Amino acid sequence: MQQIQLDTARSGSFLILDTLAQLGVETIFGYPGGAVLPLYDAIYHYKDIRHILARHEQGAIHGAEGYAKSTGRIGVAVVTSGPGATNAITGIADAMGDSVPLLVFSGQVATPGIGKDAFQEADIIGITTPITKYNYQIRHTEDIPRIITEAIHIATTGRPGPVVIDVPKDVQEKIIEAYNDPTIHLPSYQPTIEPNGMQVKKILKQLSQSKRPVLLTGGGVNYADATKELVAFAERYQLPVVSTLLGLGTIPIHHELSLGMGGMHGSYASNMALTEADFILNIGARFDDRLTGRVNSFAVNTTVAHIDVDPAEIGKVIKTAIPVVGDAKKTLEMLLRFDQVETDYADWTAQVLENKRRAPFGYEPDETYVKPQEVIEIIGELTEGEAIVITDVGQHQMWTAQYYPFKNGRQLITSGGMGTMGFGIPAAIGAKLANPDKEVVLFVGDGGFQMTNQELAILNGYGVPIKVVLLNNHSLGMVRQWQESFYDEHRSHSTFDDEPNFQLLAEAYAIDHYYFDKPATIKEDLKVILENKPMLIEVSISNREHVLPMVPAGKANHEMLGVKFNA
Amino acid sequence: MRRMLTAKLRDSSGVLNRFTGVLSRRQVNINSISVGPTEVKGISRVTVIIEVESLDEVDLITKQLNRLVDVVRVKDITDIPHLEREVLLVKISAPASKRAEILAIIQPFRASVVDVAPHSITIQITGDANKIEALLRVVQPYGIKNLARTGATGFSRD
Repeated sequence: MQQIQLDTARSGSFLILDTLAQLGVETIFGYPGGAVLPLYDAIYHYKDIRHILARHEQGAIHGAEGYAKSTGRIGVAVVTSGPGATNAITGIADAMGDSVPLLVFSGQVATPGIGKDAFQEADIIGITTPITKYNYQIRHTEDIPRIITEAIHIATTGRPGPVVIDVPKDVQEKIIEAYNDPTIHLPSYQPTIEPNGMQVKKILKQLSQSKRPVLLTGGGVNYADATKELVAFAERYQLPVVSTLLGLGTIPIHHELSLGMGGMHGSYASNMALTEADFILNIGARFDDRLTGRVNSFAVNTTVAHIDVDPAEIGKVIKTAIPVVGDAKKTLEMLLRFDQVETDYADWTAQVLENKRRAPFGYEPDETYVKPQEVIEIIGELTEGEAIVITDVGQHQMWTAQYYPFKNGRQLITSGGMGTMGFGIPAAIGAKLANPDKEVVLFVGDGGFQMTNQELAILNGYGVPIKVVLLNNHSLGMVRQWQESFYDEHRSHSTFDDEPNFQLLAEAYAIDHYYFDKPATIKEDLKVILENKPMLIEVSISNREHVLPMVPAGKANHEMLGVKFNA
Repeated sequence: MRRMLTAKLRDSSGVLNRFTGVLSRRQVNINSISVGPTEVKGISRVTVIIEVESLDEVDLITKQLNRLVDVVRVKDITDIPHLEREVLLVKISAPASKRAEILAIIQPFRASVVDVAPHSITIQITGDANKIEALLRVVQPYGIKNLARTGATGFSRD
């Protein structure tokens, strides 16, 4: 990085903002408190960085995540010490689960008070060590430029992840005239980006010998911005493509070779392809249990190649014959650079694609209740499959994955690994702030909505025209579905009999609001989503709907239930 | 199975916590751990003896340790030629009448007596775990009053 010019003496707080601005940060999310008062005083004066005031620290973190996930740039959040920092924990764990480049500044009590149970002191380094890629406590103001530069480097390179910087109050306040050399030196941190050519050649050799190959695309392809290369590779070798949840958007849903999402609520075509394949080429997916189903029935007698920037992912869950450590984009580029090999599996590809036509995702129309699947389909058409789509967690998340016609990389922003309810509203705000020219649509359930709806205050305050589509089934749909399916229909604490009036709630936040419950007019009603303003669209849906098909827990992917075949 | 891992780490605050965190998350039992400086300033060596169920498990642990930002390199050196040394201090009951006998017994171990008191002596021995266990077996009958082990350290041989 360029040297920051210190024309006058600077406080630690200003130095933090100077360094962030120098490194290209223009938006931070946060919530003030005692231990970050000096930093907030600097923010008050600072014009080059926009601060977005959340209403809860979890909202600040998810906002920064939405910003980061939709752009690939670092998301930055500021929270105070003690309870401010502990409120941020869920979001930090979420970022770890989905490899999100995130930088969190937590205030800390002044250095002499650390370890002495001072007011609002928590050992945030101890607490966040297992859920961060790295963390720091700054002890000397002079180190601020180097530590922030290093932190952003670590958070954004290799397999991205969250980094926490704990800043004691006196370190923020101290005025210095010169700072230490900010050059970073990390001999112990050298991620492998360029893949080994010999290993990559083995993939092509295996492909040439394979009779039933499948390409599996994961979040790593999205994060490496390798969607163009992925599609080019799939097309060159006419490979059917199964996507993980976080891999959606890496190949357009309507692409001929795309089978859609695989796994627990995946498509029939995807799951049969994974089951019957003799070669699975995994790019940037981590064989999560939602994808594999019963793990000892997955990829039996199948050759597995796994491309991942994180070597610890390879072989973690599934035995891997061809490990390739490297960046997804670099590896795909290399695969495309090598001479094309002869292949012989055209009949397999045809058969797999026929499955897609035989058993697409489908639902029974209903005259009484609006179908959530149809709502997502209609909004998919209205937005021409181009919106940035955010979801919360639960049934609506799976329906969105099944029915929204994703076209682009980084288009679906969802909490995959951690499955964090409450992620939706703040993440949508973060995504819209990062992409003001794009349509941003949030699908959220009434459970997750109530976990972070206080962040709706941001919509008017900062002029953030996101479209909040609340699919209200008056229950915790996914929990209820499991209880109905596997726990003798005991709906234990999974229905809300005393919900607030969400229309009045939107009114309280001065947001335009709509309530739809008529299947006959829903298509027309939803057109309101195209207006450019923040809005809440509440759609009342049945409280008996299930997400299908489904691979029950402990079953193999081919044992999925609820598949609908076309005649 | 018993595995010996040796690692070079960046000497920063909390680094040992990060390192052992990877092990404790998987409930891996640490038999011993020893830490000290290396020939390079700012780089420490950690040697850890762990009990694992399978080679796959130790392979995953090694990868997850290598992933840590502060870890320069972790190696499982159990199956390659290596040096393993540990220091034991053991204080045993030693009435004057038994001392000659004790000295004779420990002599083949090249152990030495490093402290003498009216009713006890303290023996020091350096070696791998087998040698230390063997010495402990022969001095056990005299009555062990106190025992301290450093945990193993070592590295692979050229």
